[in-house]
This record gives sequence, structure tokens and C-alpha cells, in this order.
Amino acid sequence: MKRSVLLAATAAVAFSGFFGVFQTQSEAKTLKWGAAREIASLDPYSFGETFTLSVLNHVYEGLVRYTADLKIEPALAESWETVSPTTWRFKLRKGVTFHNGNPFTADDVLASLTRVTHDTSPLKGNLPAYKSARKIDDHTVEIEVNGPYPLLLNDLTNIYILDKEWMEANNASLPTDSGKGIKGYATDNANGTGPFIIESRRADAKTIFVANPKWWDKPAHNITKIEFMPITSAATRVAALLSGEIDFTNVAPLQDLPRLSASPEIKVLQTNELRTVIFALNLKDKLFESDVTDKNPLRDKRVREALYRAIDIDGVQRRAMRGLSRNTGAIIAPAIPGYTAAQEPRLPFDAEGAKKLLAEAGYPNGFSFQMNCQSDGLVNEEEFCQAVASMWSRVGLKPNLSLGPRSQQTPKRVKGEFDVISFGWANEPMIDAYSILVQVVRSKSGSGGVFNWGNWGRPDVDALIDKAGVELDTAKRIAMMNEALMIVKNEHIFIPLHNQPMAWAMRANVGTMPQASDNKPRLWLSTMK
Amino acid sequence: MLVFLVKRLLNAAAVMLAVGFLAFMIFRFVGDPVELMLNEQASQQQRDELRVRLGLDKPFVMQFATFIANAVRGDFGISYRNQQDVFTLIVERFPATLELVMLATFLSLVVGIPLGVYSAIRREKPLAKLIQFVSVLGVSLPSFAVGILFILLFSVSLGWLPAFGRGQVVQIGWWSTGFLTHSGRLALILPAVTLSLFQITLVMRLVRAEMLETMRTDFIRFARARGLPDSSVHFRHALRNCLMPVITVTGLQIGNLIAFALVTETVFQWPGMGLLFVQAVTFVDIPVMAAYLMIVSAIFVTLNTLVDLTYALVDPRLKQDAIAGGAGGR
Repeated sequence: MKRSVLLAATAAVAFSGFFGVFQTQSEAKTLKWGAAREIASLDPYSFGETFTLSVLNHVYEGLVRYTADLKIEPALAESWETVSPTTWRFKLRKGVTFHNGNPFTADDVLASLTRVTHDTSPLKGNLPAYKSARKIDDHTVEIEVNGPYPLLLNDLTNIYILDKEWMEANNASLPTDSGKGIKGYATDNANGTGPFIIESRRADAKTIFVANPKWWDKPAHNITKIEFMPITSAATRVAALLSGEIDFTNVAPLQDLPRLSASPEIKVLQTNELRTVIFALNLKDKLFESDVTDKNPLRDKRVREALYRAIDIDGVQRRAMRGLSRNTGAIIAPAIPGYTAAQEPRLPFDAEGAKKLLAEAGYPNGFSFQMNCQSDGLVNEEEFCQAVASMWSRVGLKPNLSLGPRSQQTPKRVKGEFDVISFGWANEPMIDAYSILVQVVRSKSGSGGVFNWGNWGRPDVDALIDKAGVELDTAKRIAMMNEALMIVKNEHIFIPLHNQPMAWAMRANVGTMPQASDNKPRLWLSTMK
Repeated sequence: MLVFLVKRLLNAAAVMLAVGFLAFMIFRFVGDPVELMLNEQASQQQRDELRVRLGLDKPFVMQFATFIANAVRGDFGISYRNQQDVFTLIVERFPATLELVMLATFLSLVVGIPLGVYSAIRREKPLAKLIQFVSVLGVSLPSFAVGILFILLFSVSLGWLPAFGRGQVVQIGWWSTGFLTHSGRLALILPAVTLSLFQITLVMRLVRAEMLETMRTDFIRFARARGLPDSSVHFRHALRNCLMPVITVTGLQIGNLIAFALVTETVFQWPGMGLLFVQAVTFVDIPVMAAYLMIVSAIFVTLNTLVDLTYALVDPRLKQDAIAGGAGGR
């Protein structure tokens, strides 16, 4: 049995290889992709990084996936239903094979779920509600969650399915544990069901993907080969695009966009990301570094409003963001479920009003505080932090700007050693306002508020978040989240700035390329001329 | 001699231990890898557990001791980011860096020595003055700026040479080489020239100074008095006497180049050890950083020791010192 499968596979490979020869002569389409950094590993459960996962999505697939406009659609699962509030039943797609020829079945789903939720898996947090899973038959699986949980499908878009037999044969059934220090097989090898197959990989140089001729879905792309090449230096990446050594980059530096657009051979796709940039404030009893030592002025709503009104957001957009950011008064992007138009309006820029508010609050001469920003975090973070710091100085405040690389600033932020931080949240991979609400806005608790570094939680908001977390009715859930977000907005818990810009650039030989605001290239939906 | 050697080896071990110790002290300030390893949805408990599994909750002296104990057995652990065996990771990148450094060194000798000789013996000529002037630029221009200029000129405007990468490489055992393919050789040119600019200047100025010195000595005057042709005096007699310090400095500089190729490697996306290290710093990949620092310091110490040994062989005074147990070495 096994042998015949193998024979068939060999024959198929030989066959496709035979035709491949003709194909390469007539219409081989190679896309050379210059990325800003290397993917961490070929193991989709190795490093909790959105970019790595988005690249690996060309090789591995989940039970469900996002369309180009960020709607969830069936992938390896054909359909699903909720049997009870805590049990989901998935009908799996039949006739799907892994790249090595093994058929895709319920066992693979179970083995993958076990692996990704193992204690040593860095992606365990991506499936927070998972309790257990069981096989009903070869193509039906039931997943049980530990309470009513509305976002299981969102979570599953990023849980890629690996082949059970392949994992067992290569001793890779458990995720690689960095603490143990032993390399896993899946780190260098891949075997998914996706539209592309990894042909070869040389880390930091080139990874080659070829189209999977036996992909279950009807390919919308016409790409035969992807050459993925990381180019860390932005100037070099732009040069490589201009010289034609790469066809596409998903990170085009903002300062080079005018120059790239001016070139007739290059197209620039520019939009705004899901990531919303805000200033978060230290709302503990005392400021971290200030001339006011007995209390925390930021706990006074008038002071927060003064900080807000003192920001000339158009100036920030013009001076720091090259006119490319989208100013907003909301803390989530419009594409995120939970957003409503009511969240959008900003407080107007009003320096005089800000001074008056500060005087009313008892700080006519302002006060000093520490402001923590990163040099390699958000888009033009250094620039917009400097711009805002100078605007705050103009109304009499004395911000003390601390700039440093992300790796150095993060520990200080986590420990709460700041008064103001620049902060960006994309709500990925969930693409739902619940992400920022439970992780950032909520007070620290067993499962929530991991990023609540400045003690800005409020009981009324927490209660709404917890209720939304178990509400299965979408309309009700969104209403609860909106209510929570409106409280946050009206109390000026955060000072929103903008949705940050993102830009892709490609040469004229690239045809269509859908660009969603999650900033993930989906080359299986892209074409070349 | 043996005493000298043993002493040097003990010194080397002490230097490497000190480097490792300092490195681990610094690692506490480079950031927290856990925040980068887990994504935004991980809970606090998962973060704490990972920190414990990685041993990051222990005091740094303990972390250092564990690292040394493992390193002595040749086990550097796996990278936090790539999850690959650190030693393999570095060994894979080593050929790229070494080929680059060797070519840069070769260029610096082939170009630097003739220029140095010329500017010494024709020191009043305008061309020699121009060379002197340009060499100041060579010392003072940062290599990333030079690299970008080269890329703009040779890749974007002229389209002659690739802007990044190593081209096609050929695997010979564990060694990967770019010398055997056309694209590999083309890809080497820009980074090697960029890296060698500073070296060329250094060699040139050294040769010039030494030549000027030597040309004033008696034996050159006698050679001239005997009516030997200029070319013979310059190249057979004078230059030969200048080469010892040049070779020494070049040898020591190889270590420097290996360590500081990282800027050039980043600009040209050259998949060498420097690029690996830069990425490790970005992601607080402590095992890679630690192993890289140890390996580079080992290379430094080895080169220094070799140079010292050559000195000891050549210069009898040093040998005497070493045997007498005096302050030997340099």
C-alpha cells in the first residue's frame, strides 16, 4: 500500500518534472522577494513572530485562513459548527496531501494541536482557549474550549497543520525547546499542504519556494518560483529593487518612496497598517522620574487632556511621518472588529487650552516626566517622539526623552520604569479588538493585562472586557467592546496618534498583488506579467 | 620556548574567560529575549515559564558558569531565534567571512605596497601627493557610506555588479565557497573592495614610512654607490627590509577585519558571521552572541600568539627575556 503511494508520488513528480521543462521555457515566473529580515525558522511553532508566520503560510496552512480583505474563509477545514457553546466541530477537506504525498487527516490536526499547545511551544498563547481535541472520524475533528469563546476561528488562522507521520518519523512531535538546547528537525525542513514547497534554503541568503502542482485549491497565482532573500540594510534593498535584482519588497523605506514612485519601472503600494500608535501613560501612584514626587499628575484627567490637546497631529504627520500616516482618535484601526465611527474623532490641537488645563490642575509651570521611545520599533518612532516632546515642551511640560533600541527599552517598559511610552498594537494575529482589550487595556490578572505596564486598568472596563470574552453573539460582543473602548477614549487613558503607514514596492513585471492592512504578502493571490 | 608558549596559552585562556565574563555582564543590559520570542498573545505565566526554562532567572554569574561548563564540552546551545545549533550556525557563516577577509587582505597588499613604494620614492611628484590625499579619505570615510556609494554606482547606475548577497556558492565538505562560480566571484568584488579600503591605506602608509626610513640607511647608500640600478635598490633591497612590519600588521589586522566585517556584511547582506552577530544583537539571542564573542576572541588571541611567537623566533632578545622569566612579549 505504502509502496504504491510512493510509486504514484514518484511518477507524479517525474511527470510534473517532465512538463516542468516545457513550462520553464514558455512561462516560468520567478518572483524575487527582498524582505527586510530573515524568517526565524521553517518551524511554524518556533518563534512567535508575525512575519515568520506570514511567510510560512505559503508552505503551511491552517484549518481556516484570511482572504485578501481579511475575512475568514475555509482552508483545510471545509465547514464547521458549534455543537455546544464550548465545542466546535470541523469537517476537514478531503483529498488534500502534504508535500511529501501523505494524505491530510484528522490525526494530523490532533498532532498539530498537541504540538502547538505543548508547554514549551512559544505559540501556546495563540490558542488561549484550547482545552482538548478529539477525532470523530478521519475527516471530522472536535475542538473543546475552556469556556464560551468567540474567537477560536481567528486564532486558528495562525495554527498551521503539520503531518503527523512526518513529525513522528523525524522525532519532531514536540516543539523545539530553546532551554534544552537541542535542534529540532522541523527547524530546517518543511512539509505542509500549502501552495508552495520549500525547494532549498540557505539562511540569510536565499530560500527558494516552488509552486505546489498538487495544491488542493485552484491557484489564483501564476508564480512558479519564489526566491526569498532577506536584505537587512534598507538602502541596499532599495538599490536591489532599482537594479532589478529583486522584483518585490514588503518593506519599502518611507523616505525612498518618492524616488521609487518616480522610477517608471517601479510601482509603490502604500496604505495604512492595522497597527495603531498611541502614547500610554504611567497611572501608578507616583511618576517614575519627575519633579513632582508626592503624587502622579497623569492620574488627573485634565492633565491627560492637556497632553492630548498639546499635540499638533497634522504637524506630526507632516514632519515625522512624511504625510503618510493616518491620524486617528481611536486606539484600533477601522478594519478591526470593535471599531465604530464614534471612536474616530480626535480632540483638536489647542495649545492655549492645554496650558489652561494644566493650570487648572495645579501645574501652571508644567512638570517633568520621562518619555520612553524606541529607535527601531515603530515606523519613524524616533521622529514622532521628538516632535511630540517638543510640542509638549511648548505648553510648559518638561518631557525627558529616553531613546534606545527595542531590546533595551522593552525591559524598562515591562518593569513600568517610564511615565510615557510610545506603543503600537496591531491586534494580530486575532484581528479583533479583544486582543488589545484583554492584553493591554485590562488590569493585570492571571490571563489578561500582560501589557498593562502602567497600571491603567479600570474595574468598569475590565468587567466589560470579561463579558465580551465569553459572549458568542457577535453583535452583542462588538457592542460591549465598543462600550469599553469609548470609556477608554473619554477618559483619555491613552493618547492616540495614528495608524502607521506601510509600503510595498515592486517592479513592473509584478502584476496584481493584494495588499491587506495586516501587512502580510499573500503571494498565492498574486500574479506576474 | 616551551615556557613562553605555555605562558601565552594560559594568558589566552585568561583573556577568553575575561571576555566571556564581561560579555555576560553586558547581556543583562542588552534586553530581554523572552519579550521577543513570545508573541503578543502570550500570558505572563508563559513568559515567566520560558524565562525559567532558559535559565534567565538565575544570577549572571551562574549563567556564565553554566555557559563555560558547556562551552568547554563544545556545546554552545541553540539559538533563541533560529533554534539552530549555535556552533553549526557560526561554522556555516565562517567561510563567507573568511573568504571576504582574505580577499580584502590580498587586495590591500597588492594595491597598498606598490602605492606605498611609489609615494616614498617619488615623494615630490604630484601623483604621490594625490595618493597621500586620497589615502586620508580612505581612512576617514565610514565603510557603510562607501558601500552604499559603490552599490549606487556599480549596481544601480552601471548594473555591472550585484548589490547584495554571495551569488551562487559551491559546497566543498563543510566549506562553502564563492570563488568557483562566476556570480560568486562577481558578488565578492564590492564587499571585498569596501572592506579593503581602510587596509589599503594602512598598508600604503606603513610601507611609505618604512621605505623613507630604509632609504636613509647606510646599506642603501652603499648599494647606490656600487651603481646598482634604481629598481634593484628599491625593490630588492629597500622593500624587502620594510616587509616584516607590514606582514605583522597585516596578520594582526586579519583578526580585526573578521571582527569588524560586520558593517560591510550588513550593507551587502553578506551571509557571514558579522551579519549573524548583528541579528543576534537585534533579537537578544544570547547563545549566539556569547559564542560569537568567544570565537572571535579566540581568533584574536591565536593571531596575536602566532605573531608573538614569530617575533620570539626572529628576535633573539625576546627569547632571552622569556627564558629569564622577564616581561616578555610585546
